[in-house]
Amino acid sequence: MKKSLSLFFSMLLVLVLALAGCSSNSEESNTNNADDNSTSSMLDTVIKRGTLKAGVNDALPGFGYIDSDGKNTGFDVDFARAIAAGVLGDATKIEFRPLSATDRFTALQSKEVDVLIRNSTWTTNRDAEVGLSFAPVTFYDGQGIMVPKDSGITSLEDLEGKTIGVETGTTTELNLADQMKAAGVSYTPQTFDNADAVIAAYESGSIDAWTTDKSGLVSRQSMLQDPDAHVILDATLSKEPLAPAVLDNDEKWKDAVSWIVYATIQAEEFGITSENVDEFLESENPEIQRLLGVGGNNLGEQLGLPNDFAYQVIKQVGNYGEIYNKNLGPDTVFKLERGQNALYSDGGLQYSIPFR
Amino acid sequence: MESKKAQATPLWRNKKVLPILIQILFVAIVGVAITIMVRNVQTGLEQIGLKIGLDFLNLKASFPIAESLISYTPEDPYSRAIIVGLLNTLKVSIFGIIIASVLGVIMGIARLSSNWLIRSLATVYVEVFRNTPLLVQIFIWNFAVFLPMPKIQDASSIGSFYFSNRGAAIPWFTFHENTFIWIGVIVILAAAAILLYKKLTSISIAKGKSTHPIMAVIVFLVISFILFYFLLGNGPFGISVPEFNGTAFVGGTSLSIGFLSMLVALSIYTSTFIAEIVRGGILGVPKGQTEAAKALGFKSPTALRLIIFPQAIRIIIPPLTSQYLNLIKNSSLAMAVAYQDIVGIGNTIINQTGHTFEIILIMISVYLLFSIGTSLFMNFFNKKFQLVER
Repeated sequence: MKKSLSLFFSMLLVLVLALAGCSSNSEESNTNNADDNSTSSMLDTVIKRGTLKAGVNDALPGFGYIDSDGKNTGFDVDFARAIAAGVLGDATKIEFRPLSATDRFTALQSKEVDVLIRNSTWTTNRDAEVGLSFAPVTFYDGQGIMVPKDSGITSLEDLEGKTIGVETGTTTELNLADQMKAAGVSYTPQTFDNADAVIAAYESGSIDAWTTDKSGLVSRQSMLQDPDAHVILDATLSKEPLAPAVLDNDEKWKDAVSWIVYATIQAEEFGITSENVDEFLESENPEIQRLLGVGGNNLGEQLGLPNDFAYQVIKQVGNYGEIYNKNLGPDTVFKLERGQNALYSDGGLQYSIPFR
Repeated sequence: MESKKAQATPLWRNKKVLPILIQILFVAIVGVAITIMVRNVQTGLEQIGLKIGLDFLNLKASFPIAESLISYTPEDPYSRAIIVGLLNTLKVSIFGIIIASVLGVIMGIARLSSNWLIRSLATVYVEVFRNTPLLVQIFIWNFAVFLPMPKIQDASSIGSFYFSNRGAAIPWFTFHENTFIWIGVIVILAAAAILLYKKLTSISIAKGKSTHPIMAVIVFLVISFILFYFLLGNGPFGISVPEFNGTAFVGGTSLSIGFLSMLVALSIYTSTFIAEIVRGGILGVPKGQTEAAKALGFKSPTALRLIIFPQAIRIIIPPLTSQYLNLIKNSSLAMAVAYQDIVGIGNTIINQTGHTFEIILIMISVYLLFSIGTSLFMNFFNKKFQLVER
């Protein structure tokens, strides 16, 4: 009896200690979180930590994927590197978290990642209800549909009664429903929780067509067994502005991310590239001086960033055009036209807010 | 003396006070822990500007769902989408439990067979499917078995059952105006059949001579069915056969490959555990029972059916319940093969609304509800069988 009682007590003690450990932990993190909110922003957290945690795609060639050397590469990944370069002065101080379309926002909400650059569309609902805040659009996209060439499908109407695959939790899933309803076409939706599963079903013929952003279709087409046997329909189902996202209610962090994106665009407008940026440090042009933070300009400091943040971004990663051409441009397998993503001066939509 | 002794007992050794104190302490600790967690959630959500509430469930879902037991369009609210997911979970769970039980009992008995081949095959079956991860099995069924099947245009068929990499299209029942009459008729016939069986059995016991009660009941049922068939002009339900219209099968019912993968994987995986439980249950019946049955001249199958199994079932039911619960919970892997269960649809809603906390709570409640329901049902069964014990 006595023995069992002492056993019971020791077990209770262990339990109490464990619980006490738990509660003090949660209390600690609690106060930490509160600090984050009231006195400091994610920007300070990132600087203090010394690394940037970026949520990216790992399965979309061109935008975010892991290359044959095991390195994260792509358009979105380069923007994540640009943020690390701008904030920390070193584009390699970055941790990549591969996220699926379904768990990306939860990862951001739970602060598992500092910034989400995972071909995510900027929408009202995500801005408001989901509690996100979007930096400037890095890529203007539109939704398309891929079908096998020999299927004879050329328009949305031809998809009557067909089965269409789509990734769950995406805007494409919603646009598809809207557009098909508007076109009066009835179809069977097949939703998958990752892009690889959609492709596997599509290639086996289990689904007749699949849909995502057109850039995604182009990028995925290059990975199909026989890329030439598939076509992307001309119809564009929606506007898909892809932008980096951060948590709402953290203006400081959002500003930092935004201005780093603008810096890449502004650099292209000025013709500053990673190769010639050092020459521009000597430039007499006050606009360029302000961008690069030389000649007594402190725009970086005002944002809570190093004064030379734009220089670091351009030097280590490149300007917008360089990032685009390296990942999606004519020298890559995708050969995507700049189109809407050209500078405004070339008839596109990319436009930097003035650095002043 | 007595009172002095009571006074001498210090508080920390008083057996009357101590347990109460410990319990109070325990409740207090749990209470504090829960409060801290809830507060943590609240402050965390406040920071990112999210409010807890279920109002969003009335908003338009606007995403499509491929398979649904009830009518659903993207115009319906989130709450209806959740019900669709709930029913899909229920559908795969119920069919899974039925198939797993049948397979499990067969395999459990087969493992004890005196036939070497049957015994070995059953052992291989159990060991292979029990010792590999369920998710891997689901993937294998989906990607290696169902996806490589022929395209829908050249679906292979067995009679009116069509199989393609779109899934299976099978004949299904259709209901018509006489179905309700038939249900009434069947209830009455079943009652009559039971009465007849009881009557004949009691006559047989009284006279000590077999009156073939089962044969009599079957003959009675067959004759009545034929009679009512001609009387009502049709059967209890129609059968609709699937036909290919160029893009899809119409008529009958379609089972998607997601559903099939889940159903097959869950049934087979769980059946191996049930097989072991059945085997354990049968082995748990004392050997003397088998020997006694043999001594009385029972044939092996009869002994199993009438003597061994009724005793084994008492041992089988409690662990069987937990296998059923496992199957229900494992059905949450359905997302991996694009079967839209409660978790899949819940995740979509989380992604669109950002109400992670509420949706996870709903998911937990749904599984809790299913599990508790199953538990209660099985406990009821357990009690029924326990009563027989003497």
